[in-house]
Amino acid sequence: MTDTPLIKVDNLSFRYGSENVLENVSFDIHAGEFVGIIGPNGSGKTTLLKLLLGLLPTQQGSIQIFGKSVQIGTYGKYVGYIPQKVTQSETRFPITVREVVALGRVHPDRILQPLGTKDKKLISEAISAVELSDFSNRLLSELSGGQQQRVFIAKALASEPKLLILDEPTVGIDVQSQETFYRLLSSLNKDKGLTIVIVSHDVDVVMNEVTTVLCLNKTLIYHGNPKTFLKEEYLEQLYGKNRRFIIHGH
Amino acid sequence: MLEIFNYSFMIRAFIAGGIVALIAPVIGTFLVAKRYSLMADSLAHVSLAGVALGLLLGIYPVITAILVAVATALIIEYLRTKRGVSGEIALAMFLSGGLSIAIVLIGLGKGFSVDLFSYLFGSITTVSQTDLWVIGSVGIVVLATVVLLYKEFVYIAFDEDAARVSGIPTSMLNMLLMVLTAVTVSLAMRIVGILLIGALMVIPVVTAMQLRKSFAKTIQFAIGYSLLSVFSGLFLSYYLNLAAGGIIVVVALLLFGVTLLLNTRKS
Repeated sequence: MTDTPLIKVDNLSFRYGSENVLENVSFDIHAGEFVGIIGPNGSGKTTLLKLLLGLLPTQQGSIQIFGKSVQIGTYGKYVGYIPQKVTQSETRFPITVREVVALGRVHPDRILQPLGTKDKKLISEAISAVELSDFSNRLLSELSGGQQQRVFIAKALASEPKLLILDEPTVGIDVQSQETFYRLLSSLNKDKGLTIVIVSHDVDVVMNEVTTVLCLNKTLIYHGNPKTFLKEEYLEQLYGKNRRFIIHGH
Repeated sequence: MLEIFNYSFMIRAFIAGGIVALIAPVIGTFLVAKRYSLMADSLAHVSLAGVALGLLLGIYPVITAILVAVATALIIEYLRTKRGVSGEIALAMFLSGGLSIAIVLIGLGKGFSVDLFSYLFGSITTVSQTDLWVIGSVGIVVLATVVLLYKEFVYIAFDEDAARVSGIPTSMLNMLLMVLTAVTVSLAMRIVGILLIGALMVIPVVTAMQLRKSFAKTIQFAIGYSLLSVFSGLFLSYYLNLAAGGIIVVVALLLFGVTLLLNTRKS
């Protein structure tokens, strides 16, 4: 890990109208970390993510990514964003796997320029990294939920990112595909050194894969190692005593 | 040579029809993908007000239609993005708003109802040399813009948030797409008429979508269906003495029906 954090959030607060959604949240994320942001519904995790991406304006406090104040689009080429299980899959938008992944190569610096040989090579490599080469000419809407989510990873990978940000990526995906999906993320983190930030309500799965947990409930409740988090019974505080968590030993 | 091509007005009709048949489904594909199909219809009704204004002031009506439609497109996009008015509501408002202004203007200029009729229902056989120049040059600009910004337009149609995050100027591109829509609508009104423009921009696209091809191929097939509709519509209108605008859209609908049937049988 390097000393300069990749993401530095300082005293961040956010409100929708009169309702406080985030209060004085501060944390650093370093290169190479695999961070899971968890918290109950309404805890502000999606808001935090949107602030990190610049989709919402910073009201109070500051966010720095790669040492610069967050502003939409300015760090686009370093960040691969994977939205919540994307609604397009339901809309029958006519687009193939390869066409979606090619969007990862669309960048403001290259507006008006057609995709070149290097772009095409990166697109093919990204598709094969998520093991979908056989599906590259299939329509996105013909794929299963798990496969679709891998297409979005490939799209992000094609942009050669340093940081992947994922918003509830496995909602509505069967358990087996979820496991494959998290294994893929884990290997991208370990083998390629990608920094990954994931927002998820799948506390059980997230705990097994991430290196750092950020637990939110308007304020930052916990930031650190997932194992310590489990020992200290934060989960009960957050979700109530009756909820049981299955933790697999890996 | 076929008798139909002995007449210069029919040759002009085929050229103008061909250009519109080419650009209408290209813009239409992006509108359908963005679930903005009603946009073409709303802007068509607004451009009727533009036509009436042009006739009233004695200015070439295609130009006033383009100006009014472009201005409206920009206002709709502003209301949608900056004022939080939902796209659907903005479109519905401008659809009736455009028509009501047109009716008032028509009432003011009682003498031009015949001319107006040709814009309302299309009058491809009265396409003038001036129309041809305007449709040709503006059509080329529309097509070139889409070709140059193709991948960016696909991105904002597919996932606007992700496009914004990656730094694509989405607001500017959305505005541009709306302007291109407004221009296309104004050009197409000579061919199929204001009331049927939406059909020409949407039906060939929906037909092509039945084939379940890539986005690029969907556009290509939509162009094919659209050209086939316009050209066979022109032949039918000439030899069977039918209203061109109407028969073009009827052919487009028939093609949709046949494609749907064949596809259902295949699967």
